[in-house]
Amino acid sequence: MTLNSNAPSGPLAEKWNNHKFNLKLVNPANKRKYDIIIVGTGLAGASAAASLAELGYNVKTFCVQDSPRRAHSIAAQGGINAAKNYRNDGDSVYRLFYDTLKGGDYRARESNVYRLAQVSVNIIDQCVAQGVPFAREYGGLLDNRSFGGAQVSRTFYAKGQTGQQLLLGAYSAMNRQIATGKIQSYTRHEMLDVVMVDGKARGIIARDLVTGQIERHSAHAVVLCTGGYGNVFYLTTYARGSNVTAIWRAHKKGAYFGNPCFTQMHPTCIPVSGDHQSKLTLMSASVRKDGRIWVPLKKGDNRKPEDIPEAERDYYLERIYPSFGNLVPRDIASRKAKEMCDQGRGVGASGLAVYLDFSDAINRLGESTVASRYGNLFDMYKQITGENPYKTPMRIYPAVHYTMGGLWVDYNLMTTIPGLYACGEANFSDHGANRLGASALMQGLADGYFVLPYTIGDYLAGEERKEVSIDSPEFVAAEKSVKDQLQKLLSINGNKTVHEFQRELGLIMWNHCGMARNENGLKEGIQKIKALRTEFWNNIKVPGVGEELNQNLERAGRVADFLELGELMMQDALQRNESCGGHFREEYQTPEGEALRDDDNYAYVAAWEYKGENQPSEMHKEKLEYEFIKRSQRSYK
Amino acid sequence: MNSAFKFLDTSIGRKVLMSLTGLFLCTFLIVHVSGNMQLFKNDYGLAFNQYSVFMTTFTPIKVVSYLLYLTIILHAISGFRLTMQNRAARKISYGATKDPRSSSWASKNMGILGTIILLFLVTHMANFWFKYKFGDVPYVQYMLDVNSGEVLGAPVGLTDSGHMKPHELMASDANGQPVKLVIVRDLYNVVKIAFQETWLVVLYLLGMIALAYHLVHGFQSSFQSLGIRHPSYASLIQGIGVWVFGILIPLLFAAMPVYFYFMKS
Amino acid sequence: MSGNMNLTLKVWRQKSQNAQGAFETYEAKNISPDMSFLEMMDVVNEDLIKAGKEPIAFDHDCREGICGMCSMYINGRAHGPLKGVTTCQLHMRSFSSGETITIEPWRASAFPVLRDLVVDRTAFERIQQAGGYVSVNTGSVPDANAIPISKENADEAFLSAACIGCGACVAACKNSSAMLFVSAKVSQYALLPQGNVERKERVLKMVSQMDQEGFGNCSNTEACEAECPKEIKVTNIARMNREFLRAKLFS
Repeated sequence: MTLNSNAPSGPLAEKWNNHKFNLKLVNPANKRKYDIIIVGTGLAGASAAASLAELGYNVKTFCVQDSPRRAHSIAAQGGINAAKNYRNDGDSVYRLFYDTLKGGDYRARESNVYRLAQVSVNIIDQCVAQGVPFAREYGGLLDNRSFGGAQVSRTFYAKGQTGQQLLLGAYSAMNRQIATGKIQSYTRHEMLDVVMVDGKARGIIARDLVTGQIERHSAHAVVLCTGGYGNVFYLTTYARGSNVTAIWRAHKKGAYFGNPCFTQMHPTCIPVSGDHQSKLTLMSASVRKDGRIWVPLKKGDNRKPEDIPEAERDYYLERIYPSFGNLVPRDIASRKAKEMCDQGRGVGASGLAVYLDFSDAINRLGESTVASRYGNLFDMYKQITGENPYKTPMRIYPAVHYTMGGLWVDYNLMTTIPGLYACGEANFSDHGANRLGASALMQGLADGYFVLPYTIGDYLAGEERKEVSIDSPEFVAAEKSVKDQLQKLLSINGNKTVHEFQRELGLIMWNHCGMARNENGLKEGIQKIKALRTEFWNNIKVPGVGEELNQNLERAGRVADFLELGELMMQDALQRNESCGGHFREEYQTPEGEALRDDDNYAYVAAWEYKGENQPSEMHKEKLEYEFIKRSQRSYK
Repeated sequence: MNSAFKFLDTSIGRKVLMSLTGLFLCTFLIVHVSGNMQLFKNDYGLAFNQYSVFMTTFTPIKVVSYLLYLTIILHAISGFRLTMQNRAARKISYGATKDPRSSSWASKNMGILGTIILLFLVTHMANFWFKYKFGDVPYVQYMLDVNSGEVLGAPVGLTDSGHMKPHELMASDANGQPVKLVIVRDLYNVVKIAFQETWLVVLYLLGMIALAYHLVHGFQSSFQSLGIRHPSYASLIQGIGVWVFGILIPLLFAAMPVYFYFMKS
Repeated sequence: MSGNMNLTLKVWRQKSQNAQGAFETYEAKNISPDMSFLEMMDVVNEDLIKAGKEPIAFDHDCREGICGMCSMYINGRAHGPLKGVTTCQLHMRSFSSGETITIEPWRASAFPVLRDLVVDRTAFERIQQAGGYVSVNTGSVPDANAIPISKENADEAFLSAACIGCGACVAACKNSSAMLFVSAKVSQYALLPQGNVERKERVLKMVSQMDQEGFGNCSNTEACEAECPKEIKVTNIARMNREFLRAKLFS
């Protein structure tokens, strides 16, 4: 199969408009004859569900939480970008497009990113109309803040809870449609398979997480908005329930997986405190403005940070990057922290942390000024660690918090399975190899509010307007395979818990496919994962039965999928013999230790095709053409 | 009318009913306590007895008093219904409970406090109101100085043939001086005797403690239920609730039985 | 490790919605004070699984205090002893070794227990579906800055909108009243011009749905505000009462 991005030709600024005009439409009276399933109700899913229901389609939504509002979009802190140019500081659609593409280290499609920048302005309008309480200035107009990777102030925000407010907005739009009956919302339901009929996505198999019943749901199109798969690393800033299952099972049914190895680390997270830690908490990147990052000069220096004299401290970012210092981009800050710890100079009980020291800032600005800027974060840090960051330096370490990879989609957001779409973090699209701050919210809502509602009609217009039966052999077979897998998980009755397997997998991923990767490590990692997967299927212990609320069973299925995904991520990292964005291959770096991109050989999207159990996946390439902008190497020295 | 009932069938409607009836009862308390202050007058109970006549015969007051009885019943029934609904809203209670940080004891026990007050009210009404209205509170005759209006000694009991009504007349005393005679039923004496009973005084004190707690929460709470809450006057409402209705009024009421108990003529 | 704690847990166990529940006692050994409360529960569950017993079911997701999924009633308090903190952000250093900790699900007839500590909060969903929105379709909206809103109102609307819908207000209320939750939603829209058009219908419908769900009545005990992890204020309840009276009586 050849990959066709379906990206329209013509001038950049006209592509989307022309494309919209060329898309087929569904007659308003006919829309009610089409059913659409949406899995996942974060920003992308909720906005898509509401918008499609408003158009007249029959929508069914599914989420694993007890309410659509709890999807992990809710945890996004900083803000959402939009090229409104309300600040008169030179922003434009083109500049947002350019910043996003460059920030992604030129591994995204020009056409998609330009469209994203174009619709960004509509998103803000939409959210304000829904009653999202964005921060405002005294004149009553919207406030903006500046964010990483941009020289303009284009980020709209609602204190540190922008994701929450945007999701509640989309959720409220969803609620309105639930009230009218256009959306049927299934909560505490998990999608366990896509059902294919005649080569097209025609429904899903879902498990009611309360009763354990396996259900069949049919539709004319299925949209996956299930977010990222970072939890393959176990300790991340993701919600505990975030998983790859929906997109992975779609992948196994024929949807190609795009750039699985592109993951992003956030440098300022609160480090691991012990073996039982379940979650890493992010502290807004803004702390790097006033905090200085350092490690002891000597290896294994166990003194308290206050007792280490100035001369024996290494402010390594300031040393290596004198002009950007502590404000280098996320990927670099993360990688260097790891290097220091690898050298044995990490701090804290685990040795996996570096200091973020505010004492200079406190001396310079006074404690009250520092408190007014970072009070919330300091309190949160104290709450989690029990240490007072006003007195002793914070300890920080990078953590996984976003995956740029995901299901491969064309310009219409359709995967390689006809009728199966992927939106938001679940698809691979707009961020290339690295995502800029405040762009995740933008992409999720762009897909759901302003892209999918247009593009899905183009597909549905060509589909028969009769209800899809759930009694077809395909549904029966899909349901059976789901039930079989659940039964298998329950029947192994081994000695190791799901929790242990997930932690072990996470550790392998972190060590072999984390912030820095190399050929040998990846090859070794693949072997370890294979072995762990074998062990999983022979030694997993899942208590309870299938016909009840069984959280271990849910998790076991997800870990089973992570165990397959992990290997694919390593395969992908192994084939990409270059360093770009969040993907750093130690063999490919400049003499100064910076990422070395290879545009001649790797300016493509790696789209992986599943070939069956224990068969090597096949990689397809979608070449990335750069018609409109010139690529350059990043430098922060 | 139908929509009024519908309104009262909503959770907020029921709360509004509670607060409006409650506030009305609060205004009654002010009238009642100021009227009863006559008990403290050093006039052998004349002013109090005259006040009792006025309260039971003046038509507008009679109308208001029926409204008052209705309000008490409404407040009690509605409170009972609310309590039942609230109970039903949590069928299984917690195994461990701690007092939540900022809710007062009173606010959580309005039903119990209200029940105590209701029991108190029943005793109170039976003791005085019922006796006065339907019982045989004897008539007495006060002799007053015509010019100064001063009461000239303790009243004299009269025999009632069954047709006596409170009235006034002019007469002359033993020395032939003109005096005013006031004939009223001697509720004052009933009060005086009643409060010689220790148990009754204790009951009254308990009733007033319950009333105090009930009002400390109830007064300000009714404004919250009516949606009247603003930083600029919240503390005023709170202050009136605590100082006037929570302390001053119950204290004055409580002073009455205590006064008679220790007066012991 | 030194400084680690041993605790006794009294946990509500209930197999399913219709099953009879009861407290069971478990020992949590060698618990680090740096663990979060839910991590302590993870440890206990691992031990239970290893011992061939059923682990304790409890709701949790983001583990950073924003999703509103976690919902434990710990030692007589919704989300445990700390103020302004969800269960997932509570750490074991708030307890001391040797202590007995009682852990229960939210208790309210409108929140039936599904299993152990997991309750059904879909009543909140239905209340919001009844009117917790502004009726605007995607695309048909004016420019964001066409509607100026005073900073004061926008900030106050934000404070109301910060509710995470966890249900602690219902759990903490002696009457299991949902007034704080519903009023926060009503307030957010009442404070913003976008919400003005549907102001009347919204409050009527949402209150009506709240009543149908079987929540108790508000006694203004203000326990909800005290226990709310996001510190939503009871002034929202006064505002909702106002909105309701206005809608019922003056229109």
